[in-house]
Amino acid sequence: MDSDFEKLKAREIAAKIHSRVISSVEVTKYFLDRIESLNPEINAFISFDHEFALSQAKRIDNRIGSNDITSPLMGVPVAIKDNIQVSGLPTTCASRILSGYKAVFDAGLVEKIKRAGLVIIGKTNLDEFAMGSSNEYSYYGPVKNPIDNTKVSGGSSGGSAAAVAGGMVPLAIGSDTGGSVRLPAAFCGVPAIRPSYGRISRYGLVAFASSLDQIGPFALDVTDLAMLLSIVSGYDYRDSTSINVPIPDYASILKSGLNGLRVGIPKEYFGDGIEQTVRLAVNDVIRHLKNDNVELVDISLPTTKYSVAVYYVIANAEASSNLARYDGVRYGYRSDSIESLFDLYCNSRSEGFGQEVKRRIMLGTYVLSAGYYDAYYRRAMKVRTLIRDDFNRAFEKCELILSPTSPSVAFDFGERLVDPLKMYLSDIYTVASPLAGIPAMSVPCGKDPSGLPIGLQLIGKRFDEESVLQGAYHIERMMDVV
Amino acid sequence: MLSEYEAVIGLEVHIQLKTDSKIFCGCSTAFGGEPNIRVCPVCLGMPGVLPKINKRAVEFTIKMVLATAGTVHQESIFARKNYFYPDLPKGYQISQYEFPIATGGAVIIKNKDGEQKRIRLSRIHLEEEAGKLFHDTDDRCSYIDLNRCGIPLVEIVTEPDLRSSEEAYLFLSKIKQIAEYLDICTGNMEEGAIRCDINISVKSKGDKNYGTRREIKNMNSLKFIKRAIDYERDSQIQIIKSGGNISQETMLWDEKVGVTKLMRTKEESEDYRYFPEPDLMRLEITPEWIERVRKTLPELPDEKYRRFIRQYGIPAYDVGVLTSSRNLADYFEVVALVSKQPKLASNWVMVELMREIKETDISRIKVRPENLGTLITMIAMGKISSRSAKDVFAEMVRTGRNAEEIVKAEGLKQISDKAKIEKVVKLVLDNNRVSVRKYLRGKEGLFGFFFGQVMRETNGRAEPGLVNKILMDELNKRRGQ
Repeated sequence: MDSDFEKLKAREIAAKIHSRVISSVEVTKYFLDRIESLNPEINAFISFDHEFALSQAKRIDNRIGSNDITSPLMGVPVAIKDNIQVSGLPTTCASRILSGYKAVFDAGLVEKIKRAGLVIIGKTNLDEFAMGSSNEYSYYGPVKNPIDNTKVSGGSSGGSAAAVAGGMVPLAIGSDTGGSVRLPAAFCGVPAIRPSYGRISRYGLVAFASSLDQIGPFALDVTDLAMLLSIVSGYDYRDSTSINVPIPDYASILKSGLNGLRVGIPKEYFGDGIEQTVRLAVNDVIRHLKNDNVELVDISLPTTKYSVAVYYVIANAEASSNLARYDGVRYGYRSDSIESLFDLYCNSRSEGFGQEVKRRIMLGTYVLSAGYYDAYYRRAMKVRTLIRDDFNRAFEKCELILSPTSPSVAFDFGERLVDPLKMYLSDIYTVASPLAGIPAMSVPCGKDPSGLPIGLQLIGKRFDEESVLQGAYHIERMMDVV
Repeated sequence: MLSEYEAVIGLEVHIQLKTDSKIFCGCSTAFGGEPNIRVCPVCLGMPGVLPKINKRAVEFTIKMVLATAGTVHQESIFARKNYFYPDLPKGYQISQYEFPIATGGAVIIKNKDGEQKRIRLSRIHLEEEAGKLFHDTDDRCSYIDLNRCGIPLVEIVTEPDLRSSEEAYLFLSKIKQIAEYLDICTGNMEEGAIRCDINISVKSKGDKNYGTRREIKNMNSLKFIKRAIDYERDSQIQIIKSGGNISQETMLWDEKVGVTKLMRTKEESEDYRYFPEPDLMRLEITPEWIERVRKTLPELPDEKYRRFIRQYGIPAYDVGVLTSSRNLADYFEVVALVSKQPKLASNWVMVELMREIKETDISRIKVRPENLGTLITMIAMGKISSRSAKDVFAEMVRTGRNAEEIVKAEGLKQISDKAKIEKVVKLVLDNNRVSVRKYLRGKEGLFGFFFGQVMRETNGRAEPGLVNKILMDELNKRRGQ
């Protein structure tokens, strides 16, 4: 048995399993060992369960033994962000308030993953309730960037990004509300996609901001990512916002690359505040695309400057309501010092939530309050429509929009904790597309002089994940060559 | 004192819909039983769950709107009403706010003098029910039962068109009646299937401006609603007459003491921070859907009332009683159509049948309406006396057997055979020679005694008219002897 599975792509591991060169149990054990040895330093996983993982792997080996192969990635381990329900495992959302909570049902996408025969190996770390851009706001401690462990992993799906980038698991699932899949993917140097709103069932994803939340996969390359996306996508009757549209076999269409696709370059995404190394790397890609005769179009998304404000009004408003259920009454953390019903609520929530979550609940409560609703929430909803219109107009001229994923590379721990506004601005390039419900992904496009990864973002039309993945595949191949 | 002032009342009526499953999940809506058994992750508000709208609940709401002549909006939006309470697992109630399913419409009420009044509705919307708390004062514990959580509720909000507790009572009775006709609610007020909040203010009669209102929360008994309104009206009048001001407050009715008590002041009132529910799409109700629902509407109380008067020619009072419930009206119609005797049918249903169903529910009574119809036919055709019919009916109530069967088995058929009756008459007169002599000498009051004797001998089965005639003839014959 060769012993460097972390260097293989998921589909290569699957091929070995399907041809019985190795078993899913062996592969799972291998990655469990990797997690055992690396996690104390990286902290990508909040929980992982040998018995739970190996019993799945055994069953999958049996199925493969009887040639019941239900997906091209069958037998490969996958990690799930700890805000997604996997029946029988804890769901912490990296919050003290969910201490001791065990999931009582499988999320819609977990059902699909189980049907496809992937091995759920553990639950990954995140910013508490997915609220954060650096994965420093976790009750279970920050996630370190496996490329440079003095840097943040990015957030909120920092655990999933670091687990894949650090070779602890070949595939992972995250969630993206305003950039939570793309930002850590960029910081850790792996591809990840946030598909269109409604593409993947949200049933079982703990809600942060319901109208923006969307699940997104991570992988080591675009092909693995495309395969995983096909597995987890699809309509779910339990999620009224999930849409019943056909799911393409994404991996099969990658090779046509950017052939015939026009790429829009939005000037607003290349303004001040972008780090020089990031600018250079992205411009380099643009130059190469030009050389490849890809049609590049200058476009404008004038509402971009409002998107962070609009995002934080809407996301926090929804969060303030979505997080009301964590009240110490039925499950999770309950304060010890209770004299009244008010104490039960107030003390359980004050002690159970971290400071960033409380900040957002307060902001969200404020913008929905009588007398402020019109000035904040209603206005934000109107601007949201304008942002959507902006994208629609832009997509008359192009099929894809290209930008940096983040204005910076992974930063130091604590650097932005002192200034929440600066932390919020990490999302400046990623929050607009969720407001429009359209797909966007981050694909590695080089490294800064210190070796930190740089991410490039591709944004596509609603339900046109194909073009986004084709573009990412094109750029991935280009990076291999240069 | 009361004559100078009048109350201005608006109601918010909550009707529990009797759909099989809850509004956003598949749990049953049944009442009672062990606590917390009809729950699932969705209605418990566990992390990660999402609501899924129950189409039947929407249809039931559309029925109510159509029955009250409101406008169903093709697009409406669910909204979250945010507040903390242990009976509300999500920390918000999914309701409707800016864009309800329907607006407008009206309900006609009629007082005991037959005067009609139109009560306008401002809106009808759909929302979810909360759970229930039980406070045990002995062990100072509160217990939560979430079985009720997520049962669909229709909320009907009136304009401030009601002026008295009597009108409020009539309005609620009418809403209950309509809901029962539509078969969308059990109508069981003791189980809380219909509840209301009362907004009430008082003003001088003739004054066009309304006073400041108070709200009485969560009433579920028609009797107490009347009392609470009267109490609140009088107490507001007292305050005003003694120079005070009413402030906008929320009250609770204390039924033990019979008073309304302050629950919270305006300053303490909650800011519910309504906003559109992002987990549900806009609710679209197409004109085709509305038409499909319209076709399923039954005949409504007012229509049935008018038709009964027209078709059966029975008194308005009877029709009012008979159409008070759809089941009773349907029952009566079968009896009337089978017997072809509407007036007799109405009497029997209103007196004999209603005496029986006072104890139970009409759906549980064993007498099938066609059987009661047959019994009435037999009375009308003289096959059985009214007296015997009552015994037959009692037997029908007890066993559910049909009338003809009982009459046959018990030999209750009326005796119309002249020869048979003559024989009995002769026997009675022969056995009472002294009385016959007294009668013939002028004591005519004894006729009733002979008549009674004949009826007793025949167990009440002899046809009374025939007995009368034969007895008279026979007595006359004996005059000459």
